[in-house]
Amino acid sequence: MDPTQTPKSIPGEPETREMLLNVGPAHPSMHGIIRIIAKLDGEQVLDTDVEIGFLHRGFEKMAETVDYNGVMPYTDRLNYVSPLINNVGYCMAVEKLLGLSVPERCHYIRVIVSEISRITDHLTCVGAGAMELGAFSVFLYMIKAREFLWELVEMVTGARLTVSYCRVGGVKGDLPEGFEAQCRHALQETRKVLKEADALLTRNRIFVDRMSGTGKISAEDAISYGITGPFLRGSGVAYDVRKDCPYAVYDRFEFDVPVGTRGDNYDRYLVRMEEMEQSIRIVEQALRDIPPGPVLANPETGRPIPAAEMVDEGKMGRIAGIVDHRAVIDPTLEGAAKSQHGGIEAGEKRVFLPAKEDTYGNIEGLMQHFKLVMYGHGIRPPKGEVYFPVEGANGELGFYVVSDGTGSAYRVRVRPPCFAIMAALPKLLVGDMIADITPTFGSINMIGGELDR
Amino acid sequence: MSEAGFFTTRLDEAVGWARKFSIFQYPFVTACCGMEYMATACSHYDVDRFGAGLPRFSPRQADVLFVVGTISHKMAPVLKRIYDQMAEPKWVVAFGVCTCTGGFYDNYATVMGIDTIIPVDVYIPGCPPRPEYVLDGLMKLQVKIQEHGVSGARSAPESRPAELVR
Amino acid sequence: MNAASLIQALRDRFPHAVQAAHSYRGDATVLIGRESLLEVARTLKEDPAFQMSFLMDLTAVDFSAYGKKRSPAFFAHSGVAVKPSPEIPDEEPWPGPPAPARFVVVCHLFSLPLKHRLRIEIPVEEADAEVDSLTSVWASANWLEREVWDMFGIRFHGHPNLKRILMYDEFVGHPLRKDYPVNKRQPLIGPIN
Repeated sequence: MDPTQTPKSIPGEPETREMLLNVGPAHPSMHGIIRIIAKLDGEQVLDTDVEIGFLHRGFEKMAETVDYNGVMPYTDRLNYVSPLINNVGYCMAVEKLLGLSVPERCHYIRVIVSEISRITDHLTCVGAGAMELGAFSVFLYMIKAREFLWELVEMVTGARLTVSYCRVGGVKGDLPEGFEAQCRHALQETRKVLKEADALLTRNRIFVDRMSGTGKISAEDAISYGITGPFLRGSGVAYDVRKDCPYAVYDRFEFDVPVGTRGDNYDRYLVRMEEMEQSIRIVEQALRDIPPGPVLANPETGRPIPAAEMVDEGKMGRIAGIVDHRAVIDPTLEGAAKSQHGGIEAGEKRVFLPAKEDTYGNIEGLMQHFKLVMYGHGIRPPKGEVYFPVEGANGELGFYVVSDGTGSAYRVRVRPPCFAIMAALPKLLVGDMIADITPTFGSINMIGGELDR
Repeated sequence: MSEAGFFTTRLDEAVGWARKFSIFQYPFVTACCGMEYMATACSHYDVDRFGAGLPRFSPRQADVLFVVGTISHKMAPVLKRIYDQMAEPKWVVAFGVCTCTGGFYDNYATVMGIDTIIPVDVYIPGCPPRPEYVLDGLMKLQVKIQEHGVSGARSAPESRPAELVR
Repeated sequence: MNAASLIQALRDRFPHAVQAAHSYRGDATVLIGRESLLEVARTLKEDPAFQMSFLMDLTAVDFSAYGKKRSPAFFAHSGVAVKPSPEIPDEEPWPGPPAPARFVVVCHLFSLPLKHRLRIEIPVEEADAEVDSLTSVWASANWLEREVWDMFGIRFHGHPNLKRILMYDEFVGHPLRKDYPVNKRQPLIGPIN
C-alpha cells in the first residue's frame, strides 16, 4: 500500500485507521526530552511532528548578562557530554574577535582535551544507543571507559563534567605532572573497551538487523538540512572541520575521516566507532609532539612543600631560593603556577588572569586579577562580529559573537550541531517502523543542552 | 508514637527496612546531571548496592522520583503530572542545583527550584553532584524512608514556605 | 575564494543588492536588502562560482541597545571613580552595525566543494519585521527561521509552519529582544518566582 494514502477498509478485513502516537517528552527509550507525535498506519510511521524546547535555559540571553569569561560555565552545559569542545570553541571565537593568538603548547593542550572529550561523547552515544536496543552490558562497558577518561579530565581540570577549563587567551592551568602516563593508560583501557564493544555489537544479529537500513538519509538531503559531523559522514560526505577548515594545530596531525556509504544507523555507528580510534591517534600524536612544558626547578630537598608552609616561610623572610620551590597546591589550582604560565597563556595582560603567585604576591598582579574579574570590568574586546566553527562531537559547532566594546558580549549565538539533525528527524522516520524510532533517535545523539540551549 | 505497642513498632521497622532497600526510582532525566546519574548507576559507583538499581520508567510503579536536571517552564507541567501519577508512598529527590534552586539559570525560561511545583524530600546540590554526593543523598533518603513506617505518618516534605518564594 | 574576492564576485553579480560589505577578521560579510534576498540566495547555492551548499546558521541580532548599554563599574555607586579598562584597540576597525534598522538577520553560509564561508546580513525594520523565507533554498532554514521568529519576532514570508519552537505557545513576547527583561517569567504552573 502507498504509505501516503489514507488506508481504507478492505472487504473481509477489519477496518484499519491511522493512529496518533505521542512519544515523550519523558519517555524511557529516549535519553533526551523531546516530543514526537507520530502518525501511524499499523507499525509504519506515516508522518511525524517533532517538538523541542523542553530544556531551553536561555543560554544566549544569559551570555549577554555576564562578562566574557563568565560565559565559560554556560558553554560547559551546552553539550554536557563533551564540554571541553564547547569551551575551546567559545574561547577561540573570542580570541578571533580580539585578534589574539595563544602559545603552541596551549593549542596542543586544547587539542588533547578536545579529543578526549570527543571520545567520551561517542562512548556515551554508542553506549546509550546500544542500551536502548537491549545491549545493556555494552553500556556498562562504555561507561567504565568513560570513567577512565573522566578521571583524566578531572586530573587536568579539577572537575569531571562541568570543567570550565579554557580561558580567553589560554587555558586554566598546564597539564599536571604524570598526565602523559595516565593518559596513555586511559587510552589503552578505552581501546580494550572499544574492542569488546566491537565484538559485542558489530556482528550481533539483533543489533545489525535493527540498525542497518533504518533512519536512512541521502548525502544531498543531509547537506540541505545542514547536517554535519558523524551523521553527515555516515552518508558518505567527508566533511570534518578539523580537516577542511583546520583550527588550533589540527593540520599537523595525521588522522583519517571515516565515511559511511549508505547513510543508515549502522553506518553512523561504524563511523563513530572509527572516530574514537582516530581521536586516540590524534591524542597520541599530540602527546608526542607537544612542546615541552616548564621544567620545575629542583628544591634542595627534592620534594614539594605544602603551599601554606611556603607562605609561612615567605612571611618569615626565608625567601632565598623560594622561587625554586615547588608548592603542593589545591588540585583545582594545579598548573596555574607562574613557572607554568608562559606556555599556556597569550601574554596579553588585558585578557588573561595572572599567575596565582602574582595575584597573591604583588599588587600589580592583584590589580590585574581584579580588573579582569570585577563586575563591569573584565575583557573588553573591540567592536566587531566573528563566527568561529570547531568540530564538535555532533558536527560543526560554531560560535557567533558580536561585541559592542563593553565588558560583556552584545550577542552570543551558538550553531548547535544537533539542531540541524533534529530538524531532519521527521524525514528520517517517515516510512520506517515505529520500533525504528529508537535506533534512529539514538544515532542522532541529541543533547538537550545543545539543542534547546 | 508513645501509644504504639511492640508489634506496631517492630512492623514499622520491618516495613521501613524492606522499603528502603527496594527503591524503584523513576529517573526524570532532562539535562547535564543525567551524565552523573548514568555514572552513578553504572558499575563504577554501582547504585545497586543501595537497592536502587532498577529504574522503573512508569511513574505508577515507582517509589522515588529522581528529578535530574534543569526544569524549564515548558517542562514544569509534565513534571507535575508525573508526580501526580505516582502512587503513595512516594518520595522526590532533587538532583543537582538547578532542581534545588534554579542554579545560575536565573532567567525567563527556568523554574527556580522544583520545590515551587512539587514537594521535595532530599536535595542533592552540585552542578552536577559527584556520584559520591548522590550516594550520600540516597542514604539520607533511606533514613527518611525508614522513619516513614507502615502507617503513612510521614514527616512533612520540605516544600518552600510561601513567604520565601521570591 | 578568499574573503575579498568573494565579496567582489558578489558585488559584480548583484551591484544593487549588495549594500555594504566588509571582511572583519577575515569573515566575508555582505549586507543585502531583503527584496533581493531570495534571488541572491538561489544564486549563491546554485552558481558554480559560489556553491554555497550549506546554510550553516541563521539567526538575528537586535541592535536596539547597541552602544547604549550602561557599563556599570564596581564601586561606581559609592562615588569612587573606577573606570573600566579601556577597550582593546583594533587596527582595522569594524564598520559598525547597520543603522538605522533595529534587527539584522544573519546567515552563515559554507561551501563544501570550495571551502569558503560567507555571512549575509539583512537589515530589518521593527515596524515591518518580515523577510522572505529561505526554506525553498535550504531545508535547514525551516527550524532556524522558526527559532528566529520565536526569539526575535521576525516573520518569514512563505515559511510553511512558522510557530514557536523553543518556548511554549502561551509565552508572550520574544525573549532575545533587548527590551525583554532577562528574568521576566511566564510560568505555566507554579508561582512567578
